[in-house]
Amino acid sequence: MSAPATTPTREYLKPPVTEVGVIGWLHANLFNSWFNSILTIVMLLVLWQLVPPFFSWAFIDSVWNSPAEACRDIDGACWSVIPQNISFIVFGFFPDGQQWRPGIAMLLLIALVIYSKDRKHWKKSLGVYWLVGLIVMGTLMYGGVFGMPVVETDQWSGLPLTFMLALFGMVAAYPLGVMLALGRRSKMPAIKTLCVIYIEMIRGVPLISLLFMSSVMFPLFLPEGVTIDKVLRAQVAIIMFTAAYIAEVVRGGLQAMPRGQFEAADSLGLNYNQTMRLIILPQALKIVIPPSLGILLSAFKDTSLVVIIALYDVLKTTKVTLSNPKWTGYSTEAYIALAIFYFICCYAMSSYSRKLEKALHTGR
Amino acid sequence: MKKETSTTTDAELLPSAVPFWRDPEKRAIIFQIVALLLVACVSYYLFTNTQANLDRQSIATGFGFLDKEAGFEIGESVIDYSAADTYAKALLVGALNTVKVSFIGIVLTIILGTFIGISRLSTNWLVAKLAGGYIELMQNIPVLLQLFFWYAIFYESFPSPRQALNPFTGVFLCNRGLIFAVPAANPAYAGMGWAFLAALAIGWGLNRWGRQRQARTGQIFPAVRVTIALVIVLPLLVWLGYGAPTAMNMPELQGFNFKGGLTVTPEFSALLLGLVFYTAAFVAEIVRAGIQSVGRGQVEAAMSIGLYPGQVLHLVILPQALRVIIPPMTSQMLNLTKNSSLAIAIGFADFVAVTNTTINQTGQAIEGVALIMLIYLFFSLSTSLFMNWYNKKMALVER
Repeated sequence: MSAPATTPTREYLKPPVTEVGVIGWLHANLFNSWFNSILTIVMLLVLWQLVPPFFSWAFIDSVWNSPAEACRDIDGACWSVIPQNISFIVFGFFPDGQQWRPGIAMLLLIALVIYSKDRKHWKKSLGVYWLVGLIVMGTLMYGGVFGMPVVETDQWSGLPLTFMLALFGMVAAYPLGVMLALGRRSKMPAIKTLCVIYIEMIRGVPLISLLFMSSVMFPLFLPEGVTIDKVLRAQVAIIMFTAAYIAEVVRGGLQAMPRGQFEAADSLGLNYNQTMRLIILPQALKIVIPPSLGILLSAFKDTSLVVIIALYDVLKTTKVTLSNPKWTGYSTEAYIALAIFYFICCYAMSSYSRKLEKALHTGR
Repeated sequence: MKKETSTTTDAELLPSAVPFWRDPEKRAIIFQIVALLLVACVSYYLFTNTQANLDRQSIATGFGFLDKEAGFEIGESVIDYSAADTYAKALLVGALNTVKVSFIGIVLTIILGTFIGISRLSTNWLVAKLAGGYIELMQNIPVLLQLFFWYAIFYESFPSPRQALNPFTGVFLCNRGLIFAVPAANPAYAGMGWAFLAALAIGWGLNRWGRQRQARTGQIFPAVRVTIALVIVLPLLVWLGYGAPTAMNMPELQGFNFKGGLTVTPEFSALLLGLVFYTAAFVAEIVRAGIQSVGRGQVEAAMSIGLYPGQVLHLVILPQALRVIIPPMTSQMLNLTKNSSLAIAIGFADFVAVTNTTINQTGQAIEGVALIMLIYLFFSLSTSLFMNWYNKKMALVER
């Protein structure tokens, strides 16, 4: 028998060069129609106009760590404004020589955050670690023990203040938000009305108005002789504000619970507290983890608003630096640097929240 | 005795057998009474404290201060205002400024956000990535920082009025803002405005009539094209009728500043840019999600019954996408309105800024904060009422 019957002699045609490799990719993604081709070319032209000048301003003609005088006679960016003032921008009015304390507190916080990222660590012990961590951070900041001098809260400023306002805002607001959400779903008309009024009123007004309330109106509420520190009052305003938003998120989670869960709990003879604590909330709160992270993200961004009631968060310390005549005129650089910092924090949070959403979405 | 108790039925026994703290209905009433009492007590406590504090500082409560002379100038205003006017008028100026920046901001945000949201879905890799980068960047930087950034660009990077940039005749860009020539006042322009409104009204009527006729006879009337033509032609006719006035009000440099023309202040521009760029990123994500929510089958079905691409978009994709888009869009529009209160940080005289000045001058903190809350609640509620109405109009009509 002849061999050709079993060995194929068909010729394989290679795919056309316009379909594979770099050219194929370009063809498929950038030049797949006349309209897209024009769009690509226009875009490239615009980028060519913008990117090289920005690049040379930011990296080539720039100075990175020089005294203010050296910035006067260059065309590029004066990034020196950040490193030359870094200790004030980060720690604000925290006394010199004591700044290692907020430094360690922040490192501790970052370590805790990184530890909590792994879902394998989501156990009861994690809550304990956080509690201990928060107490240690608070002690480090306030002092008064182990020979650390007391630093009053009005000297807390810069980055630690930003982190504190956001973190405590979230931690303290969460239980309040859950209670408000349960109240809003309650069958008792008076409680439901109170919760609805609170939630809708807070969500209807800007955070600024609450911060104003805390700074100008709240002192009037207190009996004579009692004063509450400004930072704490702002913290309370942020907590009240965040709680209303958390309540709405949690309500979404509660509404997503199938009726069968409530009925099953009833048929087991559980009372309201047991039903909520053992059956409903564990499931509902799991659903709302990603949107809650979204709230933490906006709480973190919103802490910058305390600038307006003259608290020295990291944005305000940057502004104070810029009002120093030596460094006036370099706002663009300082704000870009600050924007990069906020971007890194927020982007990490939002991409983590998206990943979590995917992981927790087990499909029902 | 024993016999008697056994004859009483369960129904009679039950109410007394269950103590009131185990009866859910009675317990609910007690809970509510306790909650209300608690709220009342706290309110009473705060109220008496406040009363005592106000008495001690001898601040008169009430809104009487509104009739007094304000005595401060406001940088920019939609209506005539001077320092001699009352606080009430100053607050009105602030409220109108808030409305102005929110309204222009909302319109621009919807346009920019839709544009970026569609770009995000482009088949062009470069365009899609750039849109995605924009969205990530803007969403993750606090809006207040963005406002400061734009404001710094205005007052630090732009030259003084004497060295103002002059890209086109009649347009100047300097650290006092954007100044451009506007047509000089002429009765013709009022007439053109009315003609424009008339054209819109006629267009609306034509559209209605065209639809009814299409339902009756099947003939299509090109209402949109006719309306566009009307909107252009009618005002043009009025303009020609008045003898085609072309006089312009040109800005001129006098001393240290420009006179004439229309000025967009740096504060307003920075606020508008910051709010629009920030909110547009969120709107873009909403628009993208809305478009993606329309199934591919819908588009294919529409194409297979022979609709043009424009019709596919107008009749099939948009009505379905809008249903998904409108509710989150409403909350973004409200966010923009609420964020416009950040104006105070860059010195734009919006309602919060004016109220803050008023509080500082009169000490009427409670009234001031209450006014801020009331006006924003009013904005929020009216926007959500309108959007709810629109949402209902667009909602799926199910059998």
